[in-house]
Amino acid sequence: MDLALAHVSHRYNGVEVLRDISFAAPAGRIVCLVGPSGCGKSTLLRFLGGLERPDEGQVTMTGEPPAGSLNPLTYIFQDFALLPWRSARGNISLALEDHRLSRREREEIIADVLARTGLSDFADALPRQLSGGMKQRVAIARALAVRPACLLMDEPLSALDSQTRELLLDDLQGLWERERFGAVYVTHNLAEAVRLGHQVVVLSRRPGQVREIVEIDMPLSERKARAAELEAHQTRLWELMREEAMAADQEIADV
Amino acid sequence: MSDAALPGAAPRTEPAPGARPVPFRGGGFRPTPRRWVGPLVFAALFAAWEAGSRMGWISPIVLPAPSEALEAFSNLARSGQLALHLQASLSRLVQGWIFGTLLGIAVGFAAGLFSLARAGIVPLVAAFFPIPKIALLPLFIIWFGIGEESKVATILFGTFFPTVIAVYGGVDGVDRGLVRMGQSFGLSRWSIVRKIILPGAMPAILSGFRISASIAIILLVAAEMIGAEYGIGAYVLLAGNLMATDQLVAGVAMLSILGLTVSWLIGRLEKRVLRWR
Ligand SMILES: Nc1ncnc2c1ncn2[C@@H]1O[C@H](COP(=O)(O)OP(=O)(O)OP(=O)(O)O)[C@@H](O)[C@H]1O
Ligand SMILES: [Mg+2]
Repeated sequence: MDLALAHVSHRYNGVEVLRDISFAAPAGRIVCLVGPSGCGKSTLLRFLGGLERPDEGQVTMTGEPPAGSLNPLTYIFQDFALLPWRSARGNISLALEDHRLSRREREEIIADVLARTGLSDFADALPRQLSGGMKQRVAIARALAVRPACLLMDEPLSALDSQTRELLLDDLQGLWERERFGAVYVTHNLAEAVRLGHQVVVLSRRPGQVREIVEIDMPLSERKARAAELEAHQTRLWELMREEAMAADQEIADV
Repeated sequence: MSDAALPGAAPRTEPAPGARPVPFRGGGFRPTPRRWVGPLVFAALFAAWEAGSRMGWISPIVLPAPSEALEAFSNLARSGQLALHLQASLSRLVQGWIFGTLLGIAVGFAAGLFSLARAGIVPLVAAFFPIPKIALLPLFIIWFGIGEESKVATILFGTFFPTVIAVYGGVDGVDRGLVRMGQSFGLSRWSIVRKIILPGAMPAILSGFRISASIAIILLVAAEMIGAEYGIGAYVLLAGNLMATDQLVAGVAMLSILGLTVSWLIGRLEKRVLRWR
């Protein structure tokens, strides 16, 4: 299932946030979205998942989601969004309870995603008992449980320390190798963008416009070993963003 | 090459001559629990009171000795009157509080979830909440008669408004990120209310219970003082009229125990329901 934005523009209380954004998120590929603070990345992601409607332009999906997909467009949030009163198992179960599944099917799915994210020993732990990395793993497990066609991730690793981030980056890459889900991945971290993105969409400062779309051809599995080549992509991205980031920074100082 | 390898930078373990300890300036401002102090204060107070009464320093007209109040209490229990008073009070309290709370939860949720309901309910609550509900008792007596209904209605009314405020405040306070998460997984509206908003509002609802329960006890006593044959409030009032200070103190002590029991019950409920915190 492919996801696409066509000529999307939006204003909040008269302030233009996004201007004429068009890009596609094809099935099975990861599109990273980078841009300075406040340029509308989170807003764009809310449009993609149908949580909000843009003033102008269309958000479309084409093709059918893979058979058995319970929730084709699934989010992973920066702050994890786990219910503090439910255990890891209960949080995953929440996403399944509104679907017609027998108790056994549900339990099988939960056990499967817990195993795939290395959480089997933490199934009954409450969120407050888990570290940040573990919490985000629970959120990833919950997302996998509904077999998404496209994962929508808003800075999923930015609340974590850099070592945990590195580990989860490996996890995400490994999961993608097996599941080949499509994804839109918002990040501030260019190293993450070049590690996971098949495509990096660079947005300008507010009002956000597509400044450039950078293709990175290297297969994900080789990227860790060929870090030096990625460095070039990362430098190029930084050059694209540098001015925008500086200007955005000044703007906030002017207010 | 690390700094430690530089000559003269070897770690010393012995303090240099002339070294002084850094003066300690921290500590304090953090009361730690002392379990035995509370009971000791009570025991000392009662002992002094008892001694004062026996020595004749405290006139029995002003304040009876604790032992006399206890005596009055056991007389009351033996005569069978205690059960009548307690039963009358508890049934009013429980009926009024439960109906007031149920109505308050329903109306509070409506105000928390629906714009139209909120627009209608909030100004109404704002107008009624500041009225001391006991001022409405005469009106309720005209409507429902001097019997149980008017007393229960006063308590119901008194618990209803703080519950509405606590519930809709609690619903407002639920993390909208969690609600959005529920929507993003395609949960039905009803599932979101039941599985996300209700548990998320529970801490606020339970602290509302504490407030409404203490209001209910105040209204109970006041209503019973205005016109009741049985009930702790009626007992205390009668004792005062007869200048029977021993019975009066016994009645007041019962109210203290009633209040403590209610707050203990709510504490238990909080422990159970909010185990995840
Ligand atoms: N619900 C809203 N109501 C009003 N203004 C909003 C709303 N959501 C976002 N904005 C504004 O729109 C702009 C874009 O916000 P958005 O959160 O999409 O940016 P972002 O690119 O995700 O920023 P960051 O990198 O800091 O996460 C910001 O200026 C923000 O203040
Ligand atoms: Mg954002």
